[in-house]
Amino acid sequence: MKRMINIALPKGRLGEKAYSLIARAGYACPELLEENRKLTFENEQAGVRYFWVKPSDVAIYVERGAADIGIAGKDILLEYAPDVYELLDLSIGKCRMCVAGAQDFSDSHTGILRVATKFPAIARRHYAAQSREIDVIRLNGSIELAPILGLSDVIVDIVETGKTLAENGLCVHEEIVSISARLIANKAHYQFKGAEIEALRQKLEEAARA
Amino acid sequence: MKPETLTTQERIQYELRELYLACGYRPYKVGKFEDYDLYMRNKKFLASEQVLTFSDTNGKLKALKPDVTLSIIKNVKDDGRVQKLCYTETVYRVPRNAYGFREIMQTGLECIGRVDDYAAGEVLMLAARSLQKISERYVLDVSDVGVLSGVLAEEPIGDADCARLLSLVGEKNQHGLTAACAEMGVSQRTTQRLLDLVCACGPLGETLSRVESLDLPQTSREALAGLGRMRDQLAAYGIGNVNLDFSVVNDMDYYNGLVFRGFVEGIPSGILAGGRYDNLLARMGKHGEAIGFAVYLDQLERYMEAKPAYETEALVLYDAATDPLDIVRVTESLRARGISFRVQREEEPCPNCREVVRLAKEANT
Repeated sequence: MKRMINIALPKGRLGEKAYSLIARAGYACPELLEENRKLTFENEQAGVRYFWVKPSDVAIYVERGAADIGIAGKDILLEYAPDVYELLDLSIGKCRMCVAGAQDFSDSHTGILRVATKFPAIARRHYAAQSREIDVIRLNGSIELAPILGLSDVIVDIVETGKTLAENGLCVHEEIVSISARLIANKAHYQFKGAEIEALRQKLEEAARA
Repeated sequence: MKPETLTTQERIQYELRELYLACGYRPYKVGKFEDYDLYMRNKKFLASEQVLTFSDTNGKLKALKPDVTLSIIKNVKDDGRVQKLCYTETVYRVPRNAYGFREIMQTGLECIGRVDDYAAGEVLMLAARSLQKISERYVLDVSDVGVLSGVLAEEPIGDADCARLLSLVGEKNQHGLTAACAEMGVSQRTTQRLLDLVCACGPLGETLSRVESLDLPQTSREALAGLGRMRDQLAAYGIGNVNLDFSVVNDMDYYNGLVFRGFVEGIPSGILAGGRYDNLLARMGKHGEAIGFAVYLDQLERYMEAKPAYETEALVLYDAATDPLDIVRVTESLRARGISFRVQREEEPCPNCREVVRLAKEANT
């Protein structure tokens, strides 16, 4: 009997892009894109079951085994450091994790640097490597507002085009790491569905390259 | 005791103890508390660096033990004799990506003193049979850290870079490994070797033959030869479901040689972990070699816990007018027939049961 692979997809643009890639790889489930209230979607023939979850929750679903595999941004993986396999870089949803601030900002190293971010672990790790003491200000959205209102000196955030930053008189001061979508797998489930997951990974790699 | 009166966790705990005792492992009990200092010095060995501490009556900082192996090593005699010990203990730690401390039941064994091929193979066999006690659908992943360290030793890279590469191997992260190697200036040959090892994953026998044909340095080959001897010994035991998987990477400051990790279908994380830890022994000033593993019994809490059809077999109902001696007569007769029962007043909500014995006066009239 074919084993179903449970796949957690991140809601939103990235998830839709990832799904179209998976569909091209031969694991389509058209029902997934229909407007309905269903939570799980199945293509029994292809052996896959999908569900949409909040992007930041994908890693949790996979780490705790509710999903066998999932598509998560590298930003989420770096922030939460889940104990999962990272099997493939899908090369979609590309952006950069950056330190940004006012155009005329320069770190004088005279006091504690105030950093506003949605990614406190990434920010802490980045500055700890430079032995720079920081005050992390954890925000959930509109991060760009923080330096404008003087809430923080800089922000650590995802930058796609830099347009929002520029429109608010901010710019990138430092790039921390490149971000893109990754295929992740639960370590325990991989032991028992390894053949199915590897087959999907290979087809996905081919589809991503095409 | 009826077997169904035990929870899965209790049953497995009992069966594992029986398994270890039958192979000559002596039960070993460690105290609940330990000097905090022990963990301070070996923080990286712990699954989680957070330790639950308190001050003893003399002001000394103590900890509720987050780990058993360190306490055993600290207390075993350093007289060169082989000591085979098994334990079931409660440890206190913060599970990965969880909030707050948890009480975790752990069982395991340690072989300390001299670890030759036979002893290592015996421990691997016991690890596999421990998993088998939980389910026939198990997988034991084995590796030898010497294979990877042999490859990495050929590159002039520091400990931090080595740790980063190993962590990527642990994630089976081929794209990350390629990028990190390029960034660190690691040679093409080493990069390819690392990628080959990440991809080599599958049944021990055939995967080992495949890996043996790869271009690898001498030290890695020696480690592979050791894995070959383990394969032969496990085959002689008739043990299956063992995979070679180089993504089993433990901290090289503590572990050397054989490392392994066990999984059972239906449990979303590893349930068994172990390896050869001569380095830890040396760090703690003891001589010789050591190998051991732990089974995380807390993972069994939601595993195979089939809900019983009835909360109780018989329900005995009475009211204010019922003579207590009548109740005793009924319950004693149920007990004699081996039927479990619950006695309660009639007005209380009824649990799910197979039969009802009504002693209420109104029912009798």
